[in-house]
Amino acid sequence: MSFFDELGQYLGSASNREQIVDTLAEHCYLALLPLVLGIVLAIAIGWLGRAWPRARGVTLVLANLVYTIPSLALFVMIPSLIGTKMLDSINVVVALTLYTAALLVRPVLDALDAVPPAVIASATAMGYRPARRFLTVELPLAVPVLAAGVRVASVSNISLVSVGALIGVGGLGVLFTDGFQREYFSPIVVGIVLTLLLALVVDLLLVLSRRLLTPWDRTTAPVRTEVAV
Amino acid sequence: MLERRAFAADLDYGRAGPSRGEWAMGIEFRGVTKKYPDGTVAVDDLNLTIEDGTITVFVGPSGCGKTTSLRMINRMVEPTSGTILLDGADVRDSDPALLRRGIGYVIQHAGLFPHRTVLSNVATVPLLSGWEKRKARERAAELLETVGLPAELGKRYPAQLSGGQQQRVGVARALAADSPVLLMDEPFSAVDPVVREGLQDELLRLQSQLGKTIVFVTHDIDEAVRLGDKVAVLRVGGRLAQYGTPADVLRHPVDDFVAGFVGKDRGYRGLSFLSAGDVLVEDVPTVRVGSAPGESTDWRLAVNDEGEPRGWLPPSSTVDGDLSESDLLAGGSLYQQGTPIRGALDAALSSPASLGVVVDADGKAIGVVTARQVLDVIENHPQGVTR
Repeated sequence: MSFFDELGQYLGSASNREQIVDTLAEHCYLALLPLVLGIVLAIAIGWLGRAWPRARGVTLVLANLVYTIPSLALFVMIPSLIGTKMLDSINVVVALTLYTAALLVRPVLDALDAVPPAVIASATAMGYRPARRFLTVELPLAVPVLAAGVRVASVSNISLVSVGALIGVGGLGVLFTDGFQREYFSPIVVGIVLTLLLALVVDLLLVLSRRLLTPWDRTTAPVRTEVAV
Repeated sequence: MLERRAFAADLDYGRAGPSRGEWAMGIEFRGVTKKYPDGTVAVDDLNLTIEDGTITVFVGPSGCGKTTSLRMINRMVEPTSGTILLDGADVRDSDPALLRRGIGYVIQHAGLFPHRTVLSNVATVPLLSGWEKRKARERAAELLETVGLPAELGKRYPAQLSGGQQQRVGVARALAADSPVLLMDEPFSAVDPVVREGLQDELLRLQSQLGKTIVFVTHDIDEAVRLGDKVAVLRVGGRLAQYGTPADVLRHPVDDFVAGFVGKDRGYRGLSFLSAGDVLVEDVPTVRVGSAPGESTDWRLAVNDEGEPRGWLPPSSTVDGDLSESDLLAGGSLYQQGTPIRGALDAALSSPASLGVVVDADGKAIGVVTARQVLDVIENHPQGVTR
């Protein structure tokens, strides 16, 4: 039986298709919810890092350390740390949130540093209070630099989710473990292709939302006007 | 004007002390010192009273604490000791954010928000103060007009404007606070000299309408002399070296530092404060552009149909047919009657005929002056210029 016949057979089964759709949905959830939570967490840490410059170095070292912990080890450790059940999907969400935040702390700080000091000073002089200034002036202006970091984090998350399959919660990764156990290649191939497609689609969506969030960033060349000033 | 008053009343300046008085929005520095933790003294025992409704310029080399002094007025920098009174009330009794919403501020390079349109930039303070969006935008559109920008620029982002236009938006944004006090931190330093001069004129024109208390920081003594009703010269280490009218500072620098800072040209600059009322304006032969000039051994001033000077026709020059502008030598600067004598001297010195062209308020040529005549007036002036 050729590979394509096997693939056709695999995809022909309604229960297999249902499994694919379910695992894809789970994969999206497991990758994207931590992405959002991680971004929020990293921004909060970035805000602290700017408010207390001394906390900055410590934060960066901690972030690096967290990212160095092997993902499988973290998945296994988390239930004992936060008291969840071993097979709870929360474990993966928490672990990936930590990774995302760890990965984004430096881009967040870099992005906030890239906001021109004159703009921040003028916001202060206009009478912004610090929290509002951060949310409505500094953060929007940090988006262009931050966006690059978020794209990396999204890809990293989408690939890391699969590792969760080893503890039974892994989105499309479950197709890999299944396939290996049964020496059955179709689910593995389908899993790889869907993971890649998912990464691609999410990346496109991120590029698109960055464009929507920064209409001002596309218009850098002064437009000639009739008005001499 | 009525509406503007109503606007001012809408804003809560957040002051805990006595409410604003009838008269003044004067600013007073009382023994103000700013020392940084590393021991640098930015401002050293500054005592200064800034009068209501005037432009006061802080001028000095870098490191003289002029920007620090400015920023202590709206509490962007807190003094180490001493008191700053705004309209008689200690600024430290006010909530900083509310205090700042009531004080216009123009920063170097304009400091516009790159992610907001020009109109939203100008509407910043009204929106912060809780105005309705529509009302704030109407007010912003009005202000664009006030600073001489066309309404359609309102939809652009700051990056789409020229440097001069950005500065104007910066001024409009500061005016939106409609506060009696305006702080300007080297607002025109990043634009080229021609644009800068235009912006300075515009500021003086606005000030003649609005009568605000303006504190202006610059390192450029020419700008200080041009704009200031009073000039405060600061020296490195944050000490006030001299405080007086521009004419005073140029004529009577208190020490070598001030004399050095106002520069070698201070004698010439001092002419900016001397009236040229006594200069004798002489007639000059004129020719009209577009008509046959005939012949002459004198320099002749070419004028257009409105009588405005267009250039000079050298002695014994020959012109085929009617005179056109391409036959002329470019003229020097023009001296408008009634303005300070510096312009008259410059007109004479810059003219190819060594004759300075004098024009009336409408720009019509009314005669010429020579440098000799101008110098006579200067030498016979009772006060002298530099003594």
